[in-house]
Amino acid sequence: MNIIGEKQAAITGIGQSAVGRRLGRDPLALTIDACLDAIEDAGLTREDIDGLSTYPGGSVPGAPGFTGAGITEVHDALRLNLNWFCGGMELPGQLGAVVNACAAVASGLATHVLCFRTVWESTAQGGGSRKGIGVGSGAGSGKFRARGATMEYTLPFGAASAAVWIAMYAMRHFHEYGTRREQLAQIALNARANAQLNPNAVYRDPMSMDDYMNARMISFPFCLFDCDAPVDGSTAIIVSRADAAADTRKTPLRVEAVGTALHGRPSWDQFDDLSTMALRDAAAMLWKRTDLKPKDVGVAELYDGFSFIALAWLEALGFCAVGEGGEFIEGGERIALDGEIPLNTQGGQLSGGRLHGFGMLHEACVQLWGEGGERQVRDPALPKVAVAAAGGGPLGGCMLLSSER
Amino acid sequence: MKNAPLPDKPFRILPAVTDQNAHFWCGGKYDELCFLRCDVCATYVHPPAPVCPECLGRELSPEPVSGDARILTYTINHHPWIPGFEPPYVVAIVEIDEQPGLRLMTNIVGCSPDSVSIGMRVEAVFEDAGEDGIFIPLFQPHRDYAA
Repeated sequence: MNIIGEKQAAITGIGQSAVGRRLGRDPLALTIDACLDAIEDAGLTREDIDGLSTYPGGSVPGAPGFTGAGITEVHDALRLNLNWFCGGMELPGQLGAVVNACAAVASGLATHVLCFRTVWESTAQGGGSRKGIGVGSGAGSGKFRARGATMEYTLPFGAASAAVWIAMYAMRHFHEYGTRREQLAQIALNARANAQLNPNAVYRDPMSMDDYMNARMISFPFCLFDCDAPVDGSTAIIVSRADAAADTRKTPLRVEAVGTALHGRPSWDQFDDLSTMALRDAAAMLWKRTDLKPKDVGVAELYDGFSFIALAWLEALGFCAVGEGGEFIEGGERIALDGEIPLNTQGGQLSGGRLHGFGMLHEACVQLWGEGGERQVRDPALPKVAVAAAGGGPLGGCMLLSSER
Repeated sequence: MKNAPLPDKPFRILPAVTDQNAHFWCGGKYDELCFLRCDVCATYVHPPAPVCPECLGRELSPEPVSGDARILTYTINHHPWIPGFEPPYVVAIVEIDEQPGLRLMTNIVGCSPDSVSIGMRVEAVFEDAGEDGIFIPLFQPHRDYAA
């Protein structure tokens, strides 16, 4: 029996707090802003919310501002009466928290699940140059010791950021397929062009190829503009059981399929294919759970924590063949708002701000509901199907949404 | 393999040495790069685990390898993530000659960062961390290049 339970789930509302650099606001307050916004957007009240889900949970030591609120704080602040709740980070990427919610409604554990993700890295990291993982909370003192496979086998070599790890994946892709920096640049340039049309994006000044090629190098081939921008902000998404979604305010966005697979080793340096990452398995699983094809997708919101990850998602999801991503995005026309697959229409995380995966799903919903303002994709009708994907390295999850009944 | 003092030793965040990983982090004292190896099917296992991923054998013992390897991928890092570990420096993932898939993350030393390439042959060299008996396994251009 082939059970595709996520088809019992729909997204019925979205919300977002203020998003910006160094807002200096209480991250729980940002979270509540986003949550109340989403509940209202769905036409629900807090009494309707009986499930709560988040990534990565309330506390992640050594990563300042990586999480702004956990289940407990939101549960209590809103005095919710929950039948099901779940928060954590051992998931197939950030959207794993939303997939959990789909599973909860499909199995009858909850009816309307409030999903949220809050970051306040911009305020928490303070001024000055960006520090490595753990530095500032003990690492770098001389007494600190790296523990756990991820930290133990990376930090001693100065590989104290995913920028370094993912730069190595990009180098492998460059080596195997001849991909070039001038091609990768299009992920950043496209994001900036779209951000100029999004009043909530954090970086909106024009960016040229020269600006990109002359930017400060971070970890070759990544320059500053290949790395997303830490921000403060919270995003909330309501996942409802399909039959209950009929009572909500907007057209429910059906969850057509999800992808959560990881068939290789769960490791940044031990994963078998260094140029595809875990995205390979998550994307393949998604297409096995739907009759839709990549050509049916009207807009793609693909995680760009680093530019190369978005390119790898384009390949993994079949918008082009594996290895042809560089050529596919060259010149930028195919991924522009009026191109064959509009990409990261809000500016991505590169120019929109690092809302860490949830921002990509939020924008997919914005586009399907036709709420994109100046950046709205029209061909000439609104897109009917959107894909949102989040994660890189050994983390990856993706969701296919449809506004058609 | 050479246990030689390296110039310009950076500040390194050190691993927590345990009974399970001491063979890997401390073997350099004897100029040895060691991995766990299955007593039954001879598969090398890294990072250390209490079970062989091939045959599920439960008895594994540390064993030295040649230290010869090939660069699978690398990056030249330019950002100062860690005070005292000054860029630029090369971070790489290398594959050990003895077994496909036997890999580790490391630094490439003893050459200009610009001379590093994917596929390049390298050999292990150890940096005495001066604490906890740790010798950090690094890699330099293979001795065959100098011949």
